[in-house]
Amino acid sequence: MDFDFTDEQRMLKDSVERLVKDEYGFEQRAKYLAEPDGFSRAQWARYADMGLLGLSFDEEYGGSNCGPVETMIVMEALGRGLAVEPYLATVVLGGGFVRLGGNEAQRAAILPQIAQGELQMAFAHSEAQSRYDLADVATTARRQGDGWVLDGAKRVVLHGGSADLLVVSARVSGGRRDRDGIGLFVIRGDAAGVTRRSYPTQDRLRAADIELSGVRVPDSDVLGVAGAALPLIETVVAHAVAAVSAEAVGAMAAAHEETVEYLKVRKQFGVPIGSFQALQHRAVDMLVMVEQARSMALFATMMSEEPDAAERDRSMSAAKVQIGRSGRFVGQQGVQLHGGIGMTEECKIGHYLRRLSVIDIQFGSTEHHLTQLANAGGLIDAAA
Amino acid sequence: MAPAPETLSFNVNMIGPVLIAFGSDEQKRHFLPRIASLDYWFCQGFSEPGAGSDLAALRTQAVREGDHYVINGQKLWTSTAHHADWMFCLVRTDSSGKKQQGITYLLIDMKTPGLTVRPIITIDGHHETNEVFFDNVRVPVANRIGEENKGWDYAKYLLGNERSGIARVGVSKMRVRHAKDLAKRVPCGDGVLWDDPRFRERVAAVEVELKALEMTQMRVIAESSAQESHVPDPKTSILKIKGSELQQLSAELLLEVAGPDALPLDLDFLRGLGDPVRDPEWGLTIAPNHYFARHVSIVGGSNEIQKNILAKSVLGL
Repeated sequence: MDFDFTDEQRMLKDSVERLVKDEYGFEQRAKYLAEPDGFSRAQWARYADMGLLGLSFDEEYGGSNCGPVETMIVMEALGRGLAVEPYLATVVLGGGFVRLGGNEAQRAAILPQIAQGELQMAFAHSEAQSRYDLADVATTARRQGDGWVLDGAKRVVLHGGSADLLVVSARVSGGRRDRDGIGLFVIRGDAAGVTRRSYPTQDRLRAADIELSGVRVPDSDVLGVAGAALPLIETVVAHAVAAVSAEAVGAMAAAHEETVEYLKVRKQFGVPIGSFQALQHRAVDMLVMVEQARSMALFATMMSEEPDAAERDRSMSAAKVQIGRSGRFVGQQGVQLHGGIGMTEECKIGHYLRRLSVIDIQFGSTEHHLTQLANAGGLIDAAA
Repeated sequence: MAPAPETLSFNVNMIGPVLIAFGSDEQKRHFLPRIASLDYWFCQGFSEPGAGSDLAALRTQAVREGDHYVINGQKLWTSTAHHADWMFCLVRTDSSGKKQQGITYLLIDMKTPGLTVRPIITIDGHHETNEVFFDNVRVPVANRIGEENKGWDYAKYLLGNERSGIARVGVSKMRVRHAKDLAKRVPCGDGVLWDDPRFRERVAAVEVELKALEMTQMRVIAESSAQESHVPDPKTSILKIKGSELQQLSAELLLEVAGPDALPLDLDFLRGLGDPVRDPEWGLTIAPNHYFARHVSIVGGSNEIQKNILAKSVLGL
């Protein structure tokens, strides 16, 4: 297998890593979090200038027609800095839905604006009862005239409070957990009938609970075929799983580096604590977990465009399990090896722990994906 | 079943037994009733910036001036110092010999001039612990426990008690019970999370370990009350290691139950300053409790230090 990046990919990696190094210091990040929407509009404009926001879009929409490897490179770098901007919500999720499921008019209207940094999106899907089941949608879409009327409630919508456009899932037919009958609708965040309650999440990013009460949507704002949207949802969520896997690897690698550095400088019993074999071995166990996670993030990236959906989803579950386990170990042991200082708000290591624990819950926890994978027959000879 | 309020470990498990074992009659008469009635809330002044796992390296200095010690230095991780009336404190009275031999054990009134408490915010967003600074703080010699320079012996006795108290089997049981209750309500698929046999297996596995720990704790207590010695049983380190791991595992079990409902952060609600930002209210405490639970394998002698103690004292390695 060829794991080498192309020259262009290496340049992208260098430039995003430099951005994170220069602009995502601990204090800088705290300033971004204190801004009204919980992230930096100035950094977002910088992402646009660097071409990061249109990376995966066709050139005719202001993008550079790149694939999942480039998204992985960006997400890993953002993960290192614990970036708080809505890249996942806007580019990977929102942009992904429009790119893969939108018609020509929708793509032309939305994608160039995202690429230029002028439009932000969020994916309003999860509901109070749905847990991690992507097919579980109780929000309804009723046919009325030549459009639709949406009613229901979505919860913990990542960056849902500040998004200009929401991609909302709603049921046009069938039972609550039927695979058929789900539609995707693009609505404005401030559309009549939309109530958004925004709050920070444990990792200090923002999310919102969103109520939809008689929200009217014209046919022109339906993504794909209303009632047959689940495969598109699963496809875009697969891309999102690959993306957060890469982000988690960035966070883990940085957390591990910080921990190893601390072992070298913190002295007890007259010597650096890194001279103790028990702690050396723990740091090595962390390294093993980071590298296993890196491999599975790469695997998820390679498999995110696999046409066989069952094969793809097995791979995503496998990746999410490894990412969850590695993230848990690296985050927790990072704090442990820092000792008391690792428990404080002033120390970055705890912020990595929090972000990694949130990533474990996003798009399905380790335990959820382990069950999914087991029910699908595992990875080896699964089809047999 | 609601959990009863916990006793204050600093009073009941730490300074109380030390006073009973090593305090003067007058100290016992004055302090023990007030410790029991909580008229005196004690905090623990042990750790320092340069003395964590290597506690005996502590440098907060006490210089004798007539009937007083004059204290200068800094303590770190002083939990509840902002609530406390008194601190039991280890100070350095002699730097000439082995570092364990120049330590003295003092009781310090938190209202003494020159003593400053500064908050430390932990990763769960709470203010529980502090830094405490001493600037020429004068402490009567009458508030010394036992002899000068023998404080390390009394501290070791206390730490043995802390280690068994730190197992906190009750906390873990309460969390497991809470996780089971919630799992029977939290929707999952066409039913609830409790319908999932894999989830029930994970709960059962934690319960087995918890029962084993409870029995081990009973054994250690039975053995230590049978002997009169003030030497801490090194096996209390087993309680500390396993007890902290299970507190953390049970907190993670709750996080698994809550899933997306654990994601919202509401610091004001957590600090008792406002109504919850969203339902379910119980979801708001679960992730912070999980983050804060990471400290139990660090405090009271990190689990790595406990393993050193067991390797040396029990295994003779």
